[in-house]
Parts: sequence; structure tokens; C-alpha cells
Amino acid sequence: MRYEAPRSLKSAVALMAGARGSAHILAGGTDLLVRMRSGYAEPDLIVDIKHIDGMKSVVAEKGGWRIGAAVSGAEIGEHKGLCRAWPGVVEAANLIGSTQIQGRATMTGNLCNASPAADSVPALVAAGATVRIAGPKGRRDVAVEKVPTGPGKTSLKKGEIIASVFLPKRPARSGDAYLRFTPRSEMDIAVVGVGVSLSVNTKGVCTAARVALGAVAPTVLLVEPAARALVGTTLDETALEALAAACSKACRPIDDKRGTVEYRIRVAGVLARRAALIAYERAGGRK
Amino acid sequence: MALDKGFDQPRKFKVVGTRPLRPDGIDKVTGRARFGADMNAPGMLVGRILRSPHAHARIRGIDTSKAEKVPGVKAVVTRKDFPKPRPDLADIMDNVMAGRKALYDGHAVAAVAATSVHAARKALKAIKVDYEVLPHVTDVDEAMKKGAPLLHRGRSDETVPAGFSGNVMHRFEYGHGDVEKGFKQADLVIERHLKTAAAHQGYIEPHACLASVGPDGNAELWVCTQGHYMVRNTCAGLLGIDASRLRVTASEIGGGFGGKTTVFIEPVALMLSRKANKPVKIVMSREEVFRATGPTSSTSMTCKIGMKKDGTITAGLAELRYQGGAYPGSPVQYGAMACFAPYDLKNVKSIGYDVVTNRPKQAAYRAPGAPMGAYAVESVIDELCRKLGLDPLGVRLKNAAREGTRSSYGPTFNQIGLPATLEAAMRHPHWKAKLGKNQGRGVACGFWFNFGGDTCVSMNVTPDGTVTLTEGNPDIGGSRASMTMMAAEELGIPYDQVRTVIADTSSLGQNDVTDGSRVTFAVGLATIKAAREAIKICCERAAKVWGIDPDAVVWEDGHAKPAGPNAGKFPPMSLKEIAAIATNTGGPIAGHHEVNAEGAGVSFATHMVDVEVDPETGAVKVLRYTVFQDAGKAVHPSYVEGQFQGGAVQGIGWALNEEYIYGADGRLQNPGFLDYRIPVCSDLPMIDTVILEIPNPGHPYGVRGVGETSIVPPLAAIANAVSAAAGVRLTELPMSPPKVLKAIGAARA
Amino acid sequence: MTRIHVSTTVNGDATEFLCEPDETLLDVLRERLGLTGTKEGCGTGDCGACSVTIDGRLVCSCLVLAAEVAGCEVATIEGMADGDRLHPLQQKFLDHAALQCGICTPGFLVAAKALLDRNPDPTETEVRYWLAGNLCRCTGYDKIVRAVMDAAKEMRRA
Repeated sequence: MRYEAPRSLKSAVALMAGARGSAHILAGGTDLLVRMRSGYAEPDLIVDIKHIDGMKSVVAEKGGWRIGAAVSGAEIGEHKGLCRAWPGVVEAANLIGSTQIQGRATMTGNLCNASPAADSVPALVAAGATVRIAGPKGRRDVAVEKVPTGPGKTSLKKGEIIASVFLPKRPARSGDAYLRFTPRSEMDIAVVGVGVSLSVNTKGVCTAARVALGAVAPTVLLVEPAARALVGTTLDETALEALAAACSKACRPIDDKRGTVEYRIRVAGVLARRAALIAYERAGGRK
Repeated sequence: MALDKGFDQPRKFKVVGTRPLRPDGIDKVTGRARFGADMNAPGMLVGRILRSPHAHARIRGIDTSKAEKVPGVKAVVTRKDFPKPRPDLADIMDNVMAGRKALYDGHAVAAVAATSVHAARKALKAIKVDYEVLPHVTDVDEAMKKGAPLLHRGRSDETVPAGFSGNVMHRFEYGHGDVEKGFKQADLVIERHLKTAAAHQGYIEPHACLASVGPDGNAELWVCTQGHYMVRNTCAGLLGIDASRLRVTASEIGGGFGGKTTVFIEPVALMLSRKANKPVKIVMSREEVFRATGPTSSTSMTCKIGMKKDGTITAGLAELRYQGGAYPGSPVQYGAMACFAPYDLKNVKSIGYDVVTNRPKQAAYRAPGAPMGAYAVESVIDELCRKLGLDPLGVRLKNAAREGTRSSYGPTFNQIGLPATLEAAMRHPHWKAKLGKNQGRGVACGFWFNFGGDTCVSMNVTPDGTVTLTEGNPDIGGSRASMTMMAAEELGIPYDQVRTVIADTSSLGQNDVTDGSRVTFAVGLATIKAAREAIKICCERAAKVWGIDPDAVVWEDGHAKPAGPNAGKFPPMSLKEIAAIATNTGGPIAGHHEVNAEGAGVSFATHMVDVEVDPETGAVKVLRYTVFQDAGKAVHPSYVEGQFQGGAVQGIGWALNEEYIYGADGRLQNPGFLDYRIPVCSDLPMIDTVILEIPNPGHPYGVRGVGETSIVPPLAAIANAVSAAAGVRLTELPMSPPKVLKAIGAARA
Repeated sequence: MTRIHVSTTVNGDATEFLCEPDETLLDVLRERLGLTGTKEGCGTGDCGACSVTIDGRLVCSCLVLAAEVAGCEVATIEGMADGDRLHPLQQKFLDHAALQCGICTPGFLVAAKALLDRNPDPTETEVRYWLAGNLCRCTGYDKIVRAVMDAAKEMRRA
């Protein structure tokens, strides 16, 4: 195995593109090292991207925020601008693992690990976040929901690296929230995760919404009927019922050691209601 | 000098009952303490074990030839390298290294020693095992049915009735009276079927050892264990060497809870070392700990109890079915003995079935077997109380076992503390505190026998009058402090003038394992008696100096004094003064005590817990928890509280989230701390404790073991609280959110 | 595999070592530098026994490649006491009997210190959530939480 810590994105891409055998990007390493330990991953090359300019920074861009691929959960949680603009995304990022894991784990890693249960992903999808991908053929920007294609699989091509996540400018009178269910209060993997982002008008009527579900399908789900259930309402009981029903209906979960099909479907609706109400309150809606 | 009267009459303690800092504390807060994996030796090799991926498979052959050729590999070991074991060690041998069959996912089949981790890993991959996969069974009820896949042939004994599969090894029965008659006298009889999942002790330190066997046959082993004498005896037996040739040193131990009371990697490391003629270190991974050490039994139980409207229990019947993994010896016997022990019953019967399945051989887990049986009995009592509108503490007190009660498992109790714990619970503000919406309160009682066993200590007075105490039980939770305290108390010297050391196996006689809550009781007893022997010698020396009869000398506050005015007038001699002139009065001063300690004194507890259930997700939050337990005499109250708290929290985990999850392929699906969910700090409230002190007549200071009883009541206490909060009786552990939500849904439908 | 030469700082001392590219910081601390106070409980970041700080940031050393700490400041339990003067957290763990077996203790102390360095006056809930990645199987956490709160109080007074 070879360990490389390139200083530029270009050389990182070149290393990844030219690698023979299995090559892995290392940022926080909290998934990669676990997989190496268990023998699921046996890298021939590890490319540590933390020494590349911009990978460890959060910068304002077009009223939104660009978050480098190696920015840890703890750094996200400590960033006042991010916390103000996208509290749901920050909460989701901060739910990944313990304080120790937060010291290393990144949202980009969470996304590229492509676990259906990744906490930050539904929140990013609800927020309408995009990622900037650098590759042998140049750069491209892609919606977050287009990255994971199945458990452990992404749409990234050989040599491609996600360089940053971009959270757009937060619209006026809008808010986001992320809730997950886990049996323990911490140190657990989402059995169901729900991200909601919405905007309201001055009367408290929801004008736009995005609802995303995690851990209930092979990839994160952007549930449009759930969003439609909220738009045009003040999140009254009927709207919330419709939201919950739309979320439950969208689920295509499996039975596994962490939860049952029946349970995930039911709780997806419950959490969607709760998350929507938090987002609504943050947006300045009543309740 | 009348020293041996069992329990001393109530006395005023100077050291016992205080809270000094533990003597090993600084090492443990600075990282200096050396645990199992912290020892290295020059020229040491890395040992690794190959494990079966199959739940049940015949091993047709193992080809190690390629592994032996991997550069850096110095030894490869399979079962063929071990001599044929003695009959009493046959199952342990087979569990340490599979013979004819692999009996569970994780069963060791071969091992290598190499100069590096990489070489060892490569060698493991190069070993070819020819498996014939066989049908398997991991569920206890399935395993008992005729036609179930059989693990062994001809191992069921004559106690097992016809109609069961050959996986049922033994049937136990305890009780007295006529339960059928008793049920007829009841106003209400409830029968419930209950299940519990296998839980793991979850000690944070994985098993680790360092073995070194020389060509002269002398062997050294450094190991984290609850009993290094047991390790010595067992390993010597498995390797076919004399026990005296093998010196075992216990490292500091990072938790055990019963899980480190047997051997797994130690004989393998010794065999690798013998073959390689170099020291070999083996450290288990966490995955190996879960797959291949000894979790507790999973169980299936039926419990039927009859009660009168006034709360009198007229009869109790329990049938407990415990699978104990791949070999006989589940703790169902203890479960059957303990489940009704808190109550004074005219008609009681408990039956236990010991069942084997394709799971790792269970090992002891804190009060082995008792929490599950208590869960069954205490759940049904709770349901009876609710249906009859009775106070659950009042009913328990009404039926409580007391001094003179003939216990459900046979013996008659002497002075015991159950009523005191119930009365304390009734008086406690927790019992009267208001509950909110979706909240419920549960109570339950628990019992544990407590053990004594072989104990050997040596106390030596140094020339400067300070004292070293040498004992043979690893300090797993502060026992050096308690031994030091009891030695200081008895000798009448300050705590910091005694140093307690855990000896290796060559330095003392046989000491039983640190289990059965025996150490503070039995080693404490031996320490006090060793001190008394040393005191006797000190008095003799003083008598010699004074020229009076030794019987005319008494020991008070660390000084020899003339017994009275008739004995003569001499200034008291301190231990320091006596020690300083020991050479001239007869030589070194020491005290010893060797005993198979009896009179451990049974232990009871009552637990009270409040929970809140989220009716939309089934999540359970523990809001408040109080433990009431009899300690006999709390030597170091902080560590007694710690035992209460730790046991309660292990019980909380067992009740709510912990479980061994097997797939249809018989493989363990959650061999890690992420999905085997032990409670984390943010899951819990503070755990309040109330120490009761009802002296144990079998110990000079009245000490009872306190380590295990605290895990007996929580499963039921929490189940009772959750059932109250959710409005529906839950009968299966763990009460994980999907189960709770399903039960709520079913009850409302 | 070619070994990597790493220059770093451990507990304030300039330190150099050679490591395999896939070797973890935990393994290097324990096996190459003799700093066995940092423990391995799981190797997968789920127990916190291997907690150390890198440039002041709390991490699991089992999930860090040793090669990554080049030029960093690593702090372990061995560097916590000031000579023979225990850190207040260490002293309070002893005073409160906040350890039984002691295997998780170094990780808890390193994690708790990282908390108090940031937040000198944490609530009980903050302490519990900050320490949720440190597993203790002996104590039920009660005495640990009390010790941390008490140490915080004492450090605020100092």
C-alpha cells in the first residue's frame, strides 16, 4: 500500500486516475479505516486530500457556502455562518458518530461512503446542495442526490474526486431540519432519517419545500409528493397527515439488524411531521 | 485471644466504611497501568487465529502447508498439535480449537505466529479448511424440537424426558409443596411466555495474552483474566504440562463481568510459543470478542403464578429453557434456583433445561442465569399486582423471604436483607414522585447466592512496620482498596501503610476465580484472618520482650498492650516497634490464611425505575433509577455504589437494546459496538443508590458480596415500567423500539 | 511496503518514527512509541478508549493513519499530568471513584479534557453527549459525569 498526500487537486486527480488496483481518498478516514480493519477494503493507494488548498475551508460564495471536502463535522458545527444558514444540515452533519468521529468525519465522506443511512445526505438533498467534482476531464457540479447510486456505490468515475459541497443561499423566510431515529441517543446508525427544508410567505403559508428520506431505500429519496403536501399550507394537521402518508408511501426499505420494513415505513412519517414542524418554526411560521 | 467467632459483634470501624483513594488509582488515571495487551517481550511474535465462517460444519481437513511457507511465519497450530484432553477439559479444548466440527460462527480452527501482523494475516488467508457445511440451529426453542440439527451425539443425560431433541443436555428441578393445589387457592393465575436475547458482558478490554514457553518446559503467561490460577490449571491440563511449570501473571483487567472466567486464546498462544520457541502475543479484535468468547444464554421461559386478592402468592411455577451455545453448561440451573428465591412460598417449582445450539459457548455473565429467571417471575408478579389493584412493593414485602424462610431452592435463609430493601424503597421519595404522560414506573426484586471458594493470602510485616498483603485475585473494580482497608482495620494501622499486591501463580496457593461476588467476602475474610495471625505473633513478641505470658497481651489500635493491670505495667508497643526488633525476637513476622471460604451470605436488591415511552416511535428513555441493595457491610461505599450502578446499567442495556442477532445463515450480524448497543453516557440519568447493611453472619465484619445482584432486577423492573408507560405488557427482550411500537399498535388495534 | 518516516510532536516532545503506510496512529503510539496508556477497545471508532487529541482536536487514534500526523501535535493520556501533579480531572476521577477496571479511563480523561478546554462550564447533558463516544461498562457513567462536573467546577475556581 502507498500513502500519498498531494498538495494540489490536480495531482490528487492524477494519482487517482493513474492508480492501478484499488485507490481510496482519505479525508476523515472514519469509514475507510474501519473497512480496512475488517478487510473489506484493501487499498493499494490512499490519497490524503487534507493538504490540498481549499479542502479544509468553508468560504462564502454567491450568498451560500462552499465547504471543502475535508472539513470535519466539528468544524461545520463551529461555523457560525453555516449554523445560521442551514441549521438542519449542520445538525445532520453533527449527528455522525461521536465527538471523536466529529473531529474527523466529513460530509463529503459521508456522501461518498454511499450508505443509505448517511445522516448528512437527506439534509443536503433537502437543502438543494450540490457537489463540485474534479476529474481527469475537468470540473462538474452535480446535485447531491445524483451522487449515490446504491449501497456503497456512487456515480463518480475513475479519477474523480469530490472537492467541495455547495450550500446555496438560504432563501428568505426559510428553514431546514433533520431528524433521525436511532435506538441509542448517540453512537448509532439511522434507522430512518428525514431532512426537510421549506420556505414560507409572510402569512406563514409554505411556498416551497424539499423533503428527503434516508435509510428507507437503497439511496436517499427526494420525495416530491411529500413536498407538495406542504406547499400552500400552514402545516395544519391535514397537511402533516398528507406529508406523513407521502413519506411512508415512498419508503422501499428492507428488514435488517437495525429495523424492520414495517417500522421504517411508520417512523418515516412520524419523523417527517416532526422535522417539518421544526423547519417551519425556523422559517418563521407560527406553531 | 478468642479471635474466631464468625461475625464480630457490631463494632466501630475506623477504616472500613470510609472512602480512601484506591491504591492503583494513579496508575489508572495516568495510563501507566498495564493491561492485557500492554506487555511485550523481546523477540515476540504476533499470534492470529483463523475462525470458522460457518455456524455448523464438519472439518474434513486443514491444509496449512502454504501458510507455513509465508515469510515470517514461525508456527502454525491446529487441533492436531494438542494432546488428547482429559475428559473434564474436553469441551474447553474443543471450544479453544475445533476438532471434528466447527460448531459456531467464529469457532477457532487454526492459528499462526509470525513476525508481523501482515505476515500473520497473509498466513491465515493461505490456510485452506475443507468444510462440509451442516444444518444449524441457533434458537433455543427450535433446538429443543425433535428433528433439530444435532451438535453432539449421546450427550443428553438421564434427566431429560422423552420427546426432546438430543440438544437438550440436562433437566433441573427445584421447589417444594404442591403447585397445582396452590393455583387452585389463587384468586388470579397468570401464565406468560417470555423470551430474552443473548447479551454479551461487553468488557471494553478485548482478551489478550503473552505466552513464552522455553525448551526446558518452563512457561510464562501474562494475561488479562478474572482468575490466573484457573488459567494456569486449565492451560497446563490442555498442554499436558505440570501446573507448577506454568507461571501465570494477571495483568490489570479491563472488565470481565464473568466473561474472563475461562480460557480462549491462552492455550493457543502457549502452543504457538512452544512450537515457535519464541514469545507469542495474541490480542483479540472486538469482532472476535463478540463472535468467539462467551455471551450469556438466550432464553425462552414460561412462568405461571397464582395470587390471592390480598396479595398472597399461592403458587409459582417456572419452566426455563436456556441455550448455552455449543457445549453443555448454560446457567439455567442458577436461573431455576434463583428465580423464586426472593419469596416465601408454600408451593413452588422451577424447572430448567440446558440446551446446546450453534452459538459460542456461553460464559458467566454477572449473576449468571439469574436475571432472566427474575425477569419472568417479576414480570408476572407485576401483572398480577396491576390486575388485582395491589401495591407491587407491598405485595413483594408481604411475600418476602426472611430469616428462617425455606428458600425455593432448598436451604433455609439466615439473616437476609430483602425486607429492608423493600421498606427502604417504600420510604424513598422516588416511590412517591409524580409521573408525566407516557411515563411509567416499575419495580422488581433480585437475588444472588454469592460464593466463597478457595482463597489464599499472605501478609508480611516489613522491618519498618509497614505491611504487604499478597493475594491472588485480579483487582477488577477496586478490590485492592477493600483488602487494604480490611488489613489496615484489623491491624489498627493507617490505610497507606498497607500495600496490596496481586501475586502470580507461583507465589501463593490456589485461588478461585474473581467471580460469584466472592473477592471482598472471601479474600477479605482471609485477609482479616491472616492479619489476626500476624497480630498473634506480634503479641507473642511483645510478651517475650516483657517476659509475660502471650495470653496476657492484647492488640488494640495497632499496639500490643498488657491485657490488664495483673499482666504488668508496660508501655504499649506499636507494630513499628515490634517489627524493628523482629530479628531479635524470632525472625520475620507474617500471617497467612488458606481456606475454602464458606458462609458467603446471600444478597437481595430491589430496583425502581421510571421510563418514558414515545408512542409514535417506540423509543424508551430511562428517566430515573434507584437501586436498594443489601451490602452486609459496605467496606468502601463508593465502590459498592459503583457495583450497584454498573449492574443496573448493564441491565438497562440488556432490557432495551442489547442482543445477539443471527442471520438465517447462522452468522452473527452485529459483532461490534456499533450494532451491539451497550448504553452510552447520553442514554442515561444518574443512578441513585441506597446501601442497606444487614450483616452477613459468615464474615467477621458482616460483608456480603455486592457485585452481581445489581444486574438481576433491572430486566424486570424496566419491563414493568415500560409496560406501565405503554399500556401493554411486553414479554420479549430486548424491548427495542420496533417491538415496543408493534406492541402498542397491536394493543390499540 | 515501504515504511514512512514521520516527524511529529507527542505530548510536547519532538518525536520521529517509521511506520507502515496502513499503520494506525494507535498502533504506532502503543507498539512503536511505548505509549500504552492509549487503549484499543474496538479498533472501529465505537468505544473511545483510544482517544487522543491532534492539534487540540479530539479523535479516535484507531481511525487515524500514523502517516497523517506528520507535523501535528499529538496529546495522549501520558501527557496529561504536569510532572507529579495530576490534572484536576485525574484527581477528581480518583476522588469520585469514577473508575472500576480503568481500561476506559484514559480515553474518558482525554475526551473530558478536550471538553473542558472548550467549555469550562458544561451542563450535565453537555457532558453526557460529549462523552457518548466513550464506552464504560463498569460504572454506568454516574460517577464519571460527577467527576467531570466537579473538575470543571474546581478548574473554574482556579
